[in-house]
Amino acid sequence: MTPKLIIRGLSKTFRTDRGETAALKGVDLTIGENEFVALVGTSGCGKSTLLSIAAGLETYDEGSITLDGAAITMPGLDRGVVFQSYTLLPWLTAMGNVEFALRAAGFSGREAQDIAGAHLSLVGLQGFEQAFPAELSGGMKQRVAIARALSYRPEILLMDEPFGALDALTRHHMQELLTAVWEKHRLTVLFITHDVEEAVYLSDRVAAMTNRPGSIKSIVEIDLPRPRHYELLSSAEFRQLQRQILDDIRSESIAAAGLGKALA
Amino acid sequence: MLGGRIAAAQFLGVAALVFAVLAALWYASTAAGLVRPLFLPSPGQVISRLAELWSSGQLTADVSISIYRITLGFLISTVLALPVGVLIGCYRVWEAAIEPFVDFIRYMPVVAFVPLTILWSGTGDAQKFLIIFIGTFFQQVLLVMDNVKSVPREFINLGRTLQMPEWRILQRIVLPSSMPSIWDSMRISLGWAWTWLVVAELVAATSGLGYRITTAQRFFQTDLIFGYLLILGILGLTTDQIMKYAGRRLFRYLDVR
Repeated sequence: MTPKLIIRGLSKTFRTDRGETAALKGVDLTIGENEFVALVGTSGCGKSTLLSIAAGLETYDEGSITLDGAAITMPGLDRGVVFQSYTLLPWLTAMGNVEFALRAAGFSGREAQDIAGAHLSLVGLQGFEQAFPAELSGGMKQRVAIARALSYRPEILLMDEPFGALDALTRHHMQELLTAVWEKHRLTVLFITHDVEEAVYLSDRVAAMTNRPGSIKSIVEIDLPRPRHYELLSSAEFRQLQRQILDDIRSESIAAAGLGKALA
Repeated sequence: MLGGRIAAAQFLGVAALVFAVLAALWYASTAAGLVRPLFLPSPGQVISRLAELWSSGQLTADVSISIYRITLGFLISTVLALPVGVLIGCYRVWEAAIEPFVDFIRYMPVVAFVPLTILWSGTGDAQKFLIIFIGTFFQQVLLVMDNVKSVPREFINLGRTLQMPEWRILQRIVLPSSMPSIWDSMRISLGWAWTWLVVAELVAATSGLGYRITTAQRFFQTDLIFGYLLILGILGLTTDQIMKYAGRRLFRYLDVR
């Protein structure tokens, strides 16, 4: 598999008036072309910081991070980012929000309209093109955000707990939708989550992180068959993988929460 | 219920009821002779005084000159406050350069500037503009700065991930995003501008609502003072409602359901 995103020895320390916080320490991770990799970890382990660095929104201190061989130093249209908060611009319609990104990416008005329409259909939002974000549910807003990030054909999709704010049922629907879209239109994805089940269901590989300062603790291949459907969740192999990853991060989260003695 | 909604008609009804009750109390207390007319004239006296001023053209003249002054004074202040507020809301260096200074001026009582403004610009319209400006501009700058600062960080990051140049982010994301709250800030500061206009007219003027109130005091025309106060209240309420309505039309996307 051709490597797409290569992260080597990446470290990041936040410096404030109150002192230093090491967020990441020596992160090594390679994501291949058209591979779906999920990064799981406890809250505060630095996984979102890692994604921000990959997005070019945050700087780093040591190591290297490259996309297609070029160092990432700033944000760019070669990366599509989906944030946990929906980040739809409230004064634009669903269509307008996708077109906004396409216009920024240099497409003409006509092209932007066609591509935006096609991508809203891709996420099942035909009929909602002219709806304003205030009229859409959380899940629908996040679908618009996904359509927007996909629309300008980035080399990699960076997703930061995109379904974290949704209720459990909607979250499941979104996972199914994302899997279906991804299986049809292969794309390199880095997906951040704290939900191990979600990570296993969506990914080709799942990387578990240690506590802060975060580094990669283990990487597990998810060789479950595709196309994946929801029944997969109850299979023995699925639960075995989920268990294995959970074990990896459980000790980390117990330590992070200061629960070591209470749960011993 | 806390924060519960009520029908528009119900809202209007309750608001009108409060006005009606106050008017009735006013009428009753004067009709019963509880207060001397010099201190509180009856509604009838006030209305007939206003009618008299209306037919002589005095009322229209006073209202027009005051509206002219506040419109121009408020526009000058707003046009200058918007770019300054946006600038210091966006860039910390400019905030450091301007914000403490604005705060410094803001705490100086506007009335204390009246003698100075008369010295600088006489007692004509320019002095009214100046007082409205001093009273409004510095407040507006801070309000706009806060409005711009509260644009969600994620919106700006979105612009950056789309590789938009800085000025495009400002123009396409920051401004439209903060526009509804800036509009509200303008609506609120317009209310203050009315106060400063009347203050300026009370002290040194030869026309306008404030001027007429001062001369009325000299002749014990309490009914005129009351009449003009009512007019000021009505003008304020009307402009506020117009601004509110226009805001709802302009930013309809915020309350679609």
